[in-house]
Amino acid sequence: MEVFWYIIIATVLAIFFILDGYDFGAGIIHLFFAKTEKDKVVIAKSAGLFWDSNEVWLVAGGGLLFMAFPIFYASVFSGFYLPLIIVLWLIVFRAIGLEFRGQFDFQMWKDIWDKAFGVSSLLLALFFGIALGNVVRGVNLGSTSNGVSLHEGHYFFLPLWDSSFSPLSDTPGVIDWFTLIIGVITVVALAIHGANWVILKTESSINTKLKSVIFNLNITLTALTILSLVVWLKINPEAMDNFYDKPYFGIFPLIYFIGVGGLFFVKKFKKDVYPFILSTLVILGGITATLASIFPVILPSTNDINESLTIYNTATSDYGLSVAVYWGIIGFTLLIFYFIIQKRLLGGKIDHMDYGH
Amino acid sequence: MEDMIFYDRLQFAFTITFHYLFPQLTMGLSLIIVYFKWQYLRKKVEKFNDAAKFFMKIFAINFTMGVVTGIPMEFQFGTNWAKFSELTGGIIGQTLAMEGTFSFFLESSFLALFIFGEKLMGQKLHFLTGFLVFLGSWASGYLILATNAWMQHPVGYEILENGTFVLENFSALFSNPWLFPAFLHNQAASVVTSSFVVASIGAFYILNNRDVEYGKLFLKTGVVIGLVSSLLVAFPTGDWNAKNVAKYQPAAFAAMEGIFETEHAGSEIVLIGQPNMVEKKLDNKIAVPNVLSFLTYGRWDAQIQGMDQFEEDVLPDNVPALYYSYHIMVGLGTIFIGVMGLAVLFLLLGKLYKIKSLLWGIMFLFPFPYIANITGWYVAELGRQPWLVYGLLRTSDGVSPTVSSGNTLFTLIGFVGLYILLGLLFLVLVGKTIHQGPKPQIH
Repeated sequence: MEVFWYIIIATVLAIFFILDGYDFGAGIIHLFFAKTEKDKVVIAKSAGLFWDSNEVWLVAGGGLLFMAFPIFYASVFSGFYLPLIIVLWLIVFRAIGLEFRGQFDFQMWKDIWDKAFGVSSLLLALFFGIALGNVVRGVNLGSTSNGVSLHEGHYFFLPLWDSSFSPLSDTPGVIDWFTLIIGVITVVALAIHGANWVILKTESSINTKLKSVIFNLNITLTALTILSLVVWLKINPEAMDNFYDKPYFGIFPLIYFIGVGGLFFVKKFKKDVYPFILSTLVILGGITATLASIFPVILPSTNDINESLTIYNTATSDYGLSVAVYWGIIGFTLLIFYFIIQKRLLGGKIDHMDYGH
Repeated sequence: MEDMIFYDRLQFAFTITFHYLFPQLTMGLSLIIVYFKWQYLRKKVEKFNDAAKFFMKIFAINFTMGVVTGIPMEFQFGTNWAKFSELTGGIIGQTLAMEGTFSFFLESSFLALFIFGEKLMGQKLHFLTGFLVFLGSWASGYLILATNAWMQHPVGYEILENGTFVLENFSALFSNPWLFPAFLHNQAASVVTSSFVVASIGAFYILNNRDVEYGKLFLKTGVVIGLVSSLLVAFPTGDWNAKNVAKYQPAAFAAMEGIFETEHAGSEIVLIGQPNMVEKKLDNKIAVPNVLSFLTYGRWDAQIQGMDQFEEDVLPDNVPALYYSYHIMVGLGTIFIGVMGLAVLFLLLGKLYKIKSLLWGIMFLFPFPYIANITGWYVAELGRQPWLVYGLLRTSDGVSPTVSSGNTLFTLIGFVGLYILLGLLFLVLVGKTIHQGPKPQIH
């Protein structure tokens, strides 16, 4: 039962990163590459029309996590208090940027909200990546100091950073050089994903140029991925043990590398949807491979006193988990149904779409 | 410890108050939009369709606001109330997860279809998408009320040795005697807010002598639905809720009614007065004898427990705020019935559109249902104090053990700043939509 809900929640969160990922990515592309007013408008719109329905997935994922793994939910949300609240602010701020932009036809006004949209998209991608890095690296559960836990073993509190900025520190912060690398990888991956989205959904004048951008970013992504793996194996030689023990987990990194490998041919594809599918694989593979590498742990402990949080020691009762399966099946069937209807009716380029048309 | 709870409570109160400005409009407005669309299907008069689409634009702005201010609500259970989440997540996690799964997806998917898909779908399907948006938003209200009902009157649970609440009976969450009256009361109140907004926009157009045809339609629809919903809020739903509070939370009932001392021959109903917590009495009191006993138990001499019957540590910790919230809610509710009753009377006499003073009054009335709704929720939440789960888990025991008050104050300040900006955005967007008017835009 725990494994079942773990897979469901991981899937919902992966869908969230794939969907909201493209509009974060569109924001990053908007920030660095959109020059003409026309391009700025359509790129902002390619995010603006969809972000709120994409963020519903975050709400659903959060709710399911709360239901199935309440101890994990309580521990992680209070432990990562500041970064999480900052993420919330960025989500709100980004929405303000997107919705305010078109309200007045005044250059400085548009510039301000364009920057708000772009910068908050960039920071969100960075923070989500850093979060993923933290989950792999682990935290000082129980806030131990000199062998004594200051809190119950499943609680902790992380400052934004610790003066050493090192993942090897006894009291690592949220941001250290390792989690920062994962953050940058996420920014690059989402920028690629966003660029693919812009190409797929708009007729912006930079679509051709974006293909070279994707190609170059993909080289960066490959280099950073290798760097992060090498560094992490140096720090934690057992990091890949899960993949030796359970070789079928190898499917997840494979998905990632198929995506990355395929994206080197971005300029050759006839249909715009193929590179978008590939960057979807990159995100899907990246998240699932990361989670698989520590499974069934969901938050490693960096000390020897308190044990790591796993899906087994943080889950709610079996009755609760089973009863949720019934409504879950109904709920997700409906969801797939809505999704198909929506895609059939609202597919295609969005350049000329507007409220009321 | 006390300080820590103070900022956590203040942050939750602030963010939930701001958040609830939006859903209370969307829930009721979706019903009115469905009504307009249905009228269009029946009568084939374009103005009904324009009205449905116009209010869906306002709905969409409110929905967006609801989403961005709603995500922090869900996160705050974990960030600020971690111990509460840990202990009760197995139960309220069910209803909150169901809200995400069943209502938000329904609402957001079909809202997009309603706004962009009219030409693609044809009118009947367009009506259906509107109806599904309504269904999604009411399902959301239902599941949130189910969550809150469990906190007010816990059912279907079992407490483990370590204090964790686990679910024992899923269906009990939905047959909770607290839930049904609270849900209907809340939904009726949300229809009050939206019908007053619709009437107010109608009065605005008539008084400005622009889009007058639409103005009359909005005003007429708004005041009729406004009167019906205002009546339903008071009776029977408000009455049911008061009886539930008296039955399940007698300490909260005494505090909200301002009953300091138990009167054995039946309790008076307090109309006006200021709680004096030092001398334990009401200052400047105006009250009618025995009426409260009659309203609550149907007998003039029924005894109602006063606050003197309860230990200090089970009484709500902020009696004056609870008392004022309740009296403001009830007072405003009574005024709403009066004003809307008058408006419907003049509507029937065919004079409503000509009486300028009444139109001005209706136009400026729209903020007050928001106040009544918010104070109504304050009654529920302050009345539940000092408990998070009534009688079982204290608020002070639910807070995050590792988050310091300095961090909480920091984030509270951040939320205040950001929400001020968000509020400005909201006003600009809604103002612009009203200014553009309900006529179809020609491109």
